[in-house]
Amino acid sequence: MTGDLFADFRDPAHARRLSAAITDVAREPITLMEVCGTHTMAIAKNGIRGLMPDTVKLLSGPGCPVCVTANADIDTAIEISRQPGVILTTFGDMMKVPGSYSSLAREKADGRDVRVVYSPLDSLALAEKEPDRHVVFLGVGFETTAPTIAITIREARRRSVTNWSVLSLHKTVPGALEALVNDPQVAISGFILPGHVSTVIGSGPYEFLAEQYHVPGVITGFEPLDVLQGIWMLASQLAEGRAEIEIAYTRAVMPQGNRVAIAAIEQVFTPIDAEWRGIGVIPGTGLAIREEFAYFDTRVRVPVTPPEPREIRGCQCGDVLRGAVLPYECRLFGRACTPEHPIGPCMVSSEGSCAAYYRYTDHGKV
Amino acid sequence: MCLGIPAKIITEPNDNGMAEVEIMGVTRWVSLHMVPQAKVGDHVLVHAGFALEVISDEFAAETLELFRQMGMPGTENLEPMEVDFGATA
Ligand code: SF4
Repeated sequence: MTGDLFADFRDPAHARRLSAAITDVAREPITLMEVCGTHTMAIAKNGIRGLMPDTVKLLSGPGCPVCVTANADIDTAIEISRQPGVILTTFGDMMKVPGSYSSLAREKADGRDVRVVYSPLDSLALAEKEPDRHVVFLGVGFETTAPTIAITIREARRRSVTNWSVLSLHKTVPGALEALVNDPQVAISGFILPGHVSTVIGSGPYEFLAEQYHVPGVITGFEPLDVLQGIWMLASQLAEGRAEIEIAYTRAVMPQGNRVAIAAIEQVFTPIDAEWRGIGVIPGTGLAIREEFAYFDTRVRVPVTPPEPREIRGCQCGDVLRGAVLPYECRLFGRACTPEHPIGPCMVSSEGSCAAYYRYTDHGKV
Repeated sequence: MCLGIPAKIITEPNDNGMAEVEIMGVTRWVSLHMVPQAKVGDHVLVHAGFALEVISDEFAAETLELFRQMGMPGTENLEPMEVDFGATA
């Protein structure tokens, strides 16, 4: 039935019909959370909150890998960039993120060799070109990024590169969702699940949400109508008392995910406890490099001891990431903290909730 | 940052498993390790220099246009790669 309704993914008439359909099924108040930075942007940019009936509240969760990286981990990366002979390579989004005392951008300005790369493979190629330096890749991201790093580590071994390693700060999404459904401060009725994380892991790893917690989830794409369709499917499940994990984004997600990618993650990484900004330590949601690949683990190759971490004063980014506080409820939002002069990571990253609210809406008050 | 961007494969993979793809008129090298079934002419979802999955042609076209309009994160990185991986094969 939904097939012809979504023949065109951007038709405003379809958007109106969908928003009417959502109003129709959402008789009881529900709170839905999206946990993907690209969804955060799509919802803010397309004014999707404005299309919702009063009964539907949309929260943004910990969907920005840069934002959820703990200060202590950023401090470690900064300390590594200060070691002699090291070139630190990173995705561009990490550069301006403040740690406790500095940022990679500031370290670069101070003369450290910090370089932005598009792909971990570029970092590996740089190591091959600079045999006298040790090239570190800062591995930040969820399951979409983790297999790209895992395969690059395998490539490093295959090509016998001896001067390259990865600081793995990767995090996995399903365990964080479990922490959120157990958070008494945010009562989540259902999850809008991430499109491209799910391209890799499929729908299986979310099933526990429905089975153990009776919380439904819909894997959703990034077009405005994709997001509306996901919300409608969630509202329908809740109205009917169902809790299932459904895939609305069948164009790019298969239930079993990408087996090659999953196998690569499992071969190279092993789960460890990881600290998430705002949420704290969540068991088993980090990815450490396995002993077998320790030669490519920066923690083994370039061990450092960063100073005691400290929190950024006045920044509520951690509460924003849990959905406990909306960006404009932070006292600094739009005043001391703007995308031009960001104070916390949620304003630095273009996918951060504070930045999305600031850029795309009238200070988010929709 | 988890965004995958549609691209069209235009060459066979080299010995390093890298192939050339076209993204919004720009040619670049990406790894095909995760999509062993992909063929020249297929559309793939590209993230951080890797093809994540093979996708349908219509989906690729409509998604690309939307991402461009939205200035989505990821699309600003579409300059050619610094390092030419084809040459290291
Ligand atoms: S507006 Fe700025 S200071 Fe406030 S929570 Fe967001 S990032 Fe932190």
